[in-house]
Amino acid sequence: MNALYVICGLGIFSLVAEVFNLRKWIFFVSLFGLLVALTWVVIDWKAISYFYRGMVYFDHFALAFSGLILLISIFWFWMFRDYFVDEEHRTDKSALVLFVVTGAVMMVSFNNMAILFLGLEILSISIYVLAGSNKQNLFSTEAAFKYFLMGSFATGFLLFGITLVYGATGSFNITEIANFIIAHRTLPRFIYIGILMMMVGLAFKISAVPFHQWAPDVYEGSPTPITTLMSTVVKIGAFGAFVKLFSVAFITFSPSLKLIEQGIVVITLLVANITAVYQLNVKRMLAYSSVAQVGYLLLGFSSDSAHSAGTVFYYLTAYSVASVMSFAVVEIVEKNTGSAHVDNFKGLFKNNPLLAVAMTVALFSLAGIPPFAGFFGKYLVFTLSIGNGYIVLTILALITSLMGVYYYFKPLVAMSQPGSGKIVIFSSEKILLWVLILINIAVGIFPDLAQLL
Amino acid sequence: MKIPIDYYIWLSAVLFGIGVLGVLYRRNAIIIFACIELMLNAVNLLMVAFSSQLNDSRGQVFVFFIMAVAAAEVAVGLAILVMMYRKTKSVDIDILNRLKG
Repeated sequence: MNALYVICGLGIFSLVAEVFNLRKWIFFVSLFGLLVALTWVVIDWKAISYFYRGMVYFDHFALAFSGLILLISIFWFWMFRDYFVDEEHRTDKSALVLFVVTGAVMMVSFNNMAILFLGLEILSISIYVLAGSNKQNLFSTEAAFKYFLMGSFATGFLLFGITLVYGATGSFNITEIANFIIAHRTLPRFIYIGILMMMVGLAFKISAVPFHQWAPDVYEGSPTPITTLMSTVVKIGAFGAFVKLFSVAFITFSPSLKLIEQGIVVITLLVANITAVYQLNVKRMLAYSSVAQVGYLLLGFSSDSAHSAGTVFYYLTAYSVASVMSFAVVEIVEKNTGSAHVDNFKGLFKNNPLLAVAMTVALFSLAGIPPFAGFFGKYLVFTLSIGNGYIVLTILALITSLMGVYYYFKPLVAMSQPGSGKIVIFSSEKILLWVLILINIAVGIFPDLAQLL
Repeated sequence: MKIPIDYYIWLSAVLFGIGVLGVLYRRNAIIIFACIELMLNAVNLLMVAFSSQLNDSRGQVFVFFIMAVAAAEVAVGLAILVMMYRKTKSVDIDILNRLKG
């Protein structure tokens, strides 16, 4: 809870800083504040408790997910410093980014539907604005508009679902809802519609197929720093909310919900992986890849809804570290060559070995190739689903992850081809890339992280 | 005479359905905004109906949250719309097809 106060306070400080002419300090204060918040998460690990009459519940699940969100946002601030230096409105932007982080932390620690809704909206409204923050570029405006339309459409579904569940159970508290469902065998039929609508609303947010159409367009059109934020912080928050909601409130229905979730898994894996093969823009390819990763995450969750939190957490850690890394390289290349087309990656191995190695590690990890974290994430997910008897689904997931290897190798092949133009990178970016490579290998060496939850 | 809760559920479901169809089929961005508002207001109506049926004020408090958030959301949405109108001189969403692949 203290972490949440700190981040929220930082966001407000960021807004006030404009008035008192403290623009220079924003970056350092934000970075320092996020480190303080991360420390609070570690300190709170021993003290699990409810806050505000059981509306917010910081258990190990919420603390672990908040810690991951904060760690990723620290890397984000470190990497995308330029986003606040070059242009105008820098305090507004950093305030909005901090509110996105606040919303994500609220979404993983809610215990009441009101907090889920408010967290989701704090996160969404800030990210709509950020998606359109490159005002000179029509693509950015278009991405913001599409994201806004799809996002508020999804919010409508989520709210209708919340209302129907409230009507049936008389409560917004997720533990009370779970107890009510166990105690009453005969429930009004509209609760089932309500649960399905909540699932649709959240599936939009985590961009699972068939609710994914906005994702590639928005990811491509937004400025790359914001795309990174969407594919890491927003996804962790939304998936955390999904897991928490369906493993606490509606756990009684999980045998029947499982069928729907697995249907989503099958189409997500097939559609996202097949479409990704045809992409020539690396940013768009990574967008489809992030949709595909949701398929693997959902496969892990639907195999064993009650005990999959550790696996999901491990997979999300591996995914988001690799994601930050790959988008960092894409951002550097895009800034220097003007676009993220796959041809612009040519000659990177010869001219900028560090960038090429970082991209290789990130893509190997996303593809699930052994020494890196992504492999162990996929391994844990597949073990979980085989252990629960979903052999066919696991084989399908294996085949689609082999397809993944094909499209992840396209930028790698381009990087090893001859090309010209050396890119200058700052030493802070170099250090960050090394740190991320080391974290990626370290997370792979210690798969015990999954036992944390 | 007390109106049965089923009537409210059907009315809200129909209003919500009109909103959804409007978002999916209309091409004018302003009308799409209005349809999203219709969806949210269908939710508000149902929430108040349930709240009074269950004799529980929490539902009505939630309605305030929804109203406040919806207002904030529309403010942002209209700002984005104005930004788009300045560049394209149109509010038709069919022009939003530059990002494809």
